[in-house]
Amino acid sequence: MESPVLRVENFSAHFGDNPVLKDINLSVQHNRVTALMGPSGCGKTTLIRCINRMHELIVDAGVEGSIYLHDEDLYKMNPIMVRKKIGMVFQRPNPFPTMSIYDNVVAGYNLNGIKIKREEKDRIVEESLRKAALWEEVRDRLHRKGSFLSGGQQQRLCIARALAMNPDILLMDEPTSALDPKATAHIEQLISELKNNVTILLVTHNIAQAARVSDFTAFLYLGDLVEFGTTEKLFTVPDDKRTEEYLSGKFG
Amino acid sequence: MHTSHSNIRLRIIKDRLFLALVVLLSFAMIVPLLLIIFHIVKNGIGVINWEFLTALPRPMGETGGGIANALAGTMMLIVLASLIAIPLGVLAGIYLAEQKTGRIASGVRLCMEVLQGIPSIVIGIVAYAWVVISMGTFSALSGSVALAIMMLPVIVRSTEETLRLVPDILREASLALGVSYARTVLKIIVPSGLTGILTGILLAIARITGETAPLLFTAFGNPYMSLNVLKPVDSLPLMIFNYATSPYPEWHAKAWGAALVLVVFVMGMNFTAKVIAKRWKVQF
Ligand SMILES: Nc1ncnc2c1ncn2[C@@H]1O[C@H](COP(=O)(O)OP(=O)(O)OP(=O)(O)O)[C@@H](O)[C@H]1O
Ligand SMILES: [Mg+2]
Repeated sequence: MESPVLRVENFSAHFGDNPVLKDINLSVQHNRVTALMGPSGCGKTTLIRCINRMHELIVDAGVEGSIYLHDEDLYKMNPIMVRKKIGMVFQRPNPFPTMSIYDNVVAGYNLNGIKIKREEKDRIVEESLRKAALWEEVRDRLHRKGSFLSGGQQQRLCIARALAMNPDILLMDEPTSALDPKATAHIEQLISELKNNVTILLVTHNIAQAARVSDFTAFLYLGDLVEFGTTEKLFTVPDDKRTEEYLSGKFG
Repeated sequence: MHTSHSNIRLRIIKDRLFLALVVLLSFAMIVPLLLIIFHIVKNGIGVINWEFLTALPRPMGETGGGIANALAGTMMLIVLASLIAIPLGVLAGIYLAEQKTGRIASGVRLCMEVLQGIPSIVIGIVAYAWVVISMGTFSALSGSVALAIMMLPVIVRSTEETLRLVPDILREASLALGVSYARTVLKIIVPSGLTGILTGILLAIARITGETAPLLFTAFGNPYMSLNVLKPVDSLPLMIFNYATSPYPEWHAKAWGAALVLVVFVMGMNFTAKVIAKRWKVQF
């Protein structure tokens, strides 16, 4: 087996004196979808926000332990570098309302002051929008505002914006929770296609979604990583009683 | 059955009465404004012509002449005051919006509230003490300093309030792309709140355009055209004050004309602010 892209080791996180993640150990495989599931408030969002170092932006929040990206400790790197390598898609679609669709896609370059040629930009925009399965719908209104799109389209625009930066890992925090079933199906389809080229860590509290799209699944409960393994194993023969109960809908 | 029916009737009548009262009172609120505008237009429109807007005042006894010096002075005061107040006010507003808690932020907020409440004449005295005395002369600059102090709280507050409305998820979207905090504030948060900031600036300008008191012993007034920052200048409200308190009916007419120009300008500012706020509003 290949060495993992990301390793979380003995990792804990807290808000003030409220521990939210306790001694998490987890690894994320190259070009696979890893799902993080668990009941509301169990720390899923916190964990992925620790991975791109957004957690520390909150007052009084802190972490212990380490997370390695290709054997390099994330917490010894510059957070800005970390965030350039690890893209994120949020729960609620958040395209920049002042920018056109085009500018939204290359926002990571423009905002960081990275100068690239016009043709290069055009290429990145088209390629990212194609990867995000949005190109056909917006190709002739690239210079209109992104906020006129539907919710599902906005979310795909945000995915394109993250992909444009060529991230090593794409973190997705319940990317479909604000969307209707049709748009959800669209995004799930997209995730299955994307994993040929990018490693995905997907937060969801939709059990069926985890089963449908992921290769590995982690089950978090009250800040503990209860169980982690291949999706197939976890859904068919879970080791832990709590996993079984969660899957059968007893809580969450 | 019958009672409940008439009951409903009674309620509907009460409803109507209440509505009528509300409408009536709303109209009553507009009446003073309409009266003021009517009065100013009636008295002022007669003197307004091209010469009035472009010529300098003539000495008493000569006919004709205009308010060009005051128009130019007012513009100069507004531009100078804006140059001082906009950068300071917007930066302070950004700071306050970003720094929700903390001693310095609360201190600044309190200062702005107090500043907003200080009578303009007092601000004029302070500007006199700071600038006029130390430079040894009345000047456009000293007037602008006084006006800038009056603009500050308006700009700071409107900037803070609009930037607060920018959703956190936009900030996070930017930070998550590896954009530095400073660039995130300058390129995402401020542009998202730009219309609100502009509206605040225009309202601040509208507020100071009509100020007379702080200019009495700073800009001072000047019957000649002056574009020198370090010399006294005239302004519309000062001119109105001087003309209206004179004993000559011709000058009273000029005061009305100048008042009309002033009111039109201020209303134009308010109107523009409204249009900007509506047209360019960023939809989150
Ligand atoms: N900004 C914050 N300040 C303090 N505590 C927080 C903050 N955000 C989250 N928490 C706490 O951390 C815990 C984990 O929250 P987190 O958002 O990671 O849960 P989650 O698993 O993503 O839940 P959900 O499925 O509802 O999104 C919760 O108990 C929550 O109360
Ligand atoms: Mg969450």
